[in-house]
Amino acid sequence: MTGCVAGSKSLSDFDVLLHIADDELVIGWRDSEWTGIAPVLEEDVAFSSIAQNEIGHARALYQLLSDDADALAFDREPAEYRCSPLVELRFVPDWARTIARRVLYEAVDELRLERLKSSPDEAVAGLAAKIDREEAYHRMHAEMWRERLRDEPRFQEALDQLWPYAVAMAAPDERDELSRRFKRKIPSNSLLLGKEHGNHADGWPALWEEMTMVRRSIPGAAW
Amino acid sequence: MNEQEFLEYVQAGGQVEVEDWMPDEYRAKLIKFIEMHGNSELMGVLPEREWILRAPTLQRKLALTAKVQDEVGHSQLIYRVVEDLGKPREQCLADLISGKAKFHNVFHYPTKTWGDVGVIAWLVDAAAIISQKALLKCSYAPYARIMKKICWEESFHILHGRDVILTLMNGTDEQRELVQEALDRWWGPLMQFHGNPIPAEDDPVVQWRIKTQGNEEARQQFLDGYVPQIWELGLTVPDPKLRKSDEGVWEYTEPDWDELKHVVTGHGPRTAERLEFRRISREETEWVRKVVLAEAA
Amino acid sequence: MIYEVFRQERKGVAFEHAGSVAAPDEAFARAYAHEQYGRRGESVALWVVPRGSILEVEDFVDELNKNYHRVDGYSLKAKLKEARERAGVPAGGGNTR
Repeated sequence: MTGCVAGSKSLSDFDVLLHIADDELVIGWRDSEWTGIAPVLEEDVAFSSIAQNEIGHARALYQLLSDDADALAFDREPAEYRCSPLVELRFVPDWARTIARRVLYEAVDELRLERLKSSPDEAVAGLAAKIDREEAYHRMHAEMWRERLRDEPRFQEALDQLWPYAVAMAAPDERDELSRRFKRKIPSNSLLLGKEHGNHADGWPALWEEMTMVRRSIPGAAW
Repeated sequence: MNEQEFLEYVQAGGQVEVEDWMPDEYRAKLIKFIEMHGNSELMGVLPEREWILRAPTLQRKLALTAKVQDEVGHSQLIYRVVEDLGKPREQCLADLISGKAKFHNVFHYPTKTWGDVGVIAWLVDAAAIISQKALLKCSYAPYARIMKKICWEESFHILHGRDVILTLMNGTDEQRELVQEALDRWWGPLMQFHGNPIPAEDDPVVQWRIKTQGNEEARQQFLDGYVPQIWELGLTVPDPKLRKSDEGVWEYTEPDWDELKHVVTGHGPRTAERLEFRRISREETEWVRKVVLAEAA
Repeated sequence: MIYEVFRQERKGVAFEHAGSVAAPDEAFARAYAHEQYGRRGESVALWVVPRGSILEVEDFVDELNKNYHRVDGYSLKAKLKEARERAGVPAGGGNTR
């Protein structure tokens, strides 16, 4: 990927930003799967805005990393993507797990954005701040649902099930904060194994296949 | 006011609000008409949503998501109007899924390629907007008011559709073929979209000024606006009889009206599958509505 | 519950009724109105109100033509013409000095 590093970003910066971009692309993809079939029409509209924002964030990050954001987003082999297993999991039509993921993801994302906002790279810090401001609605929405579903057993079960995925996604020094917020213990390493960035969930090949099928049908074409 | 006075009132351009007295027949026809519109917006989402996932660029993914979001939003606006007229949203959705209520023909057909995405956004939306613009003058004011928002939001759909099509037409031979092939498949449903030509005097929906434009008038408007756009790109329309007469009237092969009736009564190529998909999604999310949103009317 | 939504298109203009959303409580009503009436940048602000809180007032009566407090209650053309003639001012007005 050396051909598409913009500016003088170090490989580790590139890697971190690519993680986030891929996470946003794929969670945006997963959240879009609810379009037209969300539990309530008003929710359908609101949820779609969140999905669009996520894809928009992915786009902005890819644009920071490459002259050809679409190529970076869509033209890699499945193994080259750096999204975390948490975002790859397919939940439709399970609303409890969908919301549990939103809640957990927003928390992890908030912590990593906070770190990025103080990046020495102005472009990165600036973009992180913009994304952070857009996330305000997402956090409000996640909190609203978390409050509503607080006493719903299937929601708590979903949080329990996805908790190791969220912890695995977070940087080591962010995990204590997560643990405080969700009042859950940090799982042992054996439970986190296979859930970090760089690993892929079972649904990933099928997702990649569908995501790239039109683009691959006529390579090099403009769409 | 009695029924005759009401009829004269609306025919003179009078506006009706939700709490005004209205003849039972007017209310019934209104609910059925508006409900069908809501159903159509919601069912229209299904053929398009798959392509969000397959969109070949980030911009297209965003635009398509926003377009489909608008359609869901429109169904929300529309069902709210129906609900205030007396039929609850849950009942509308139940009738849709059971096949009791109808939705427009075009949403009963499959989408097969990215070419369909372009043709739908460019031409199917265009056909719909012609009807929607006429509804801005609907006698029932709450419906006319939401049509304003709907028309405003539709304006980018057309541009997005045109952008997709023009990009394909300026691309490779294979991409141009995608467009032509999709157009060949969608032309029939497009010609049927505005319905069979019923004289205004025989159409109660026009008499009550729920609809202010006849079916044939809408179709002529569509052909007038879009056939030139199709031809100027070098595309062909799969109807050898299609031409504009010296009097400025478009002539065409008479659409198969029996087929239209057959499709809208629930026998389209994708009707059963899509209704089943809706039914399953609703079942799986019933707990959300019951447990969580019980207060929602 | 049904919440009515009023939107302000830009700073300085009046809030107008835009439509309604179904929501179980205030938090949901805000979230839903926010996107249904503002996702395209079409509003700078919204007022979201439970339908039940809106009081309708529509029994306006004017049986005896109260035009004394309306512009259409005043017709001054004839009086002005008479006053001008009295003062010797030509029909089209003009300078008396």
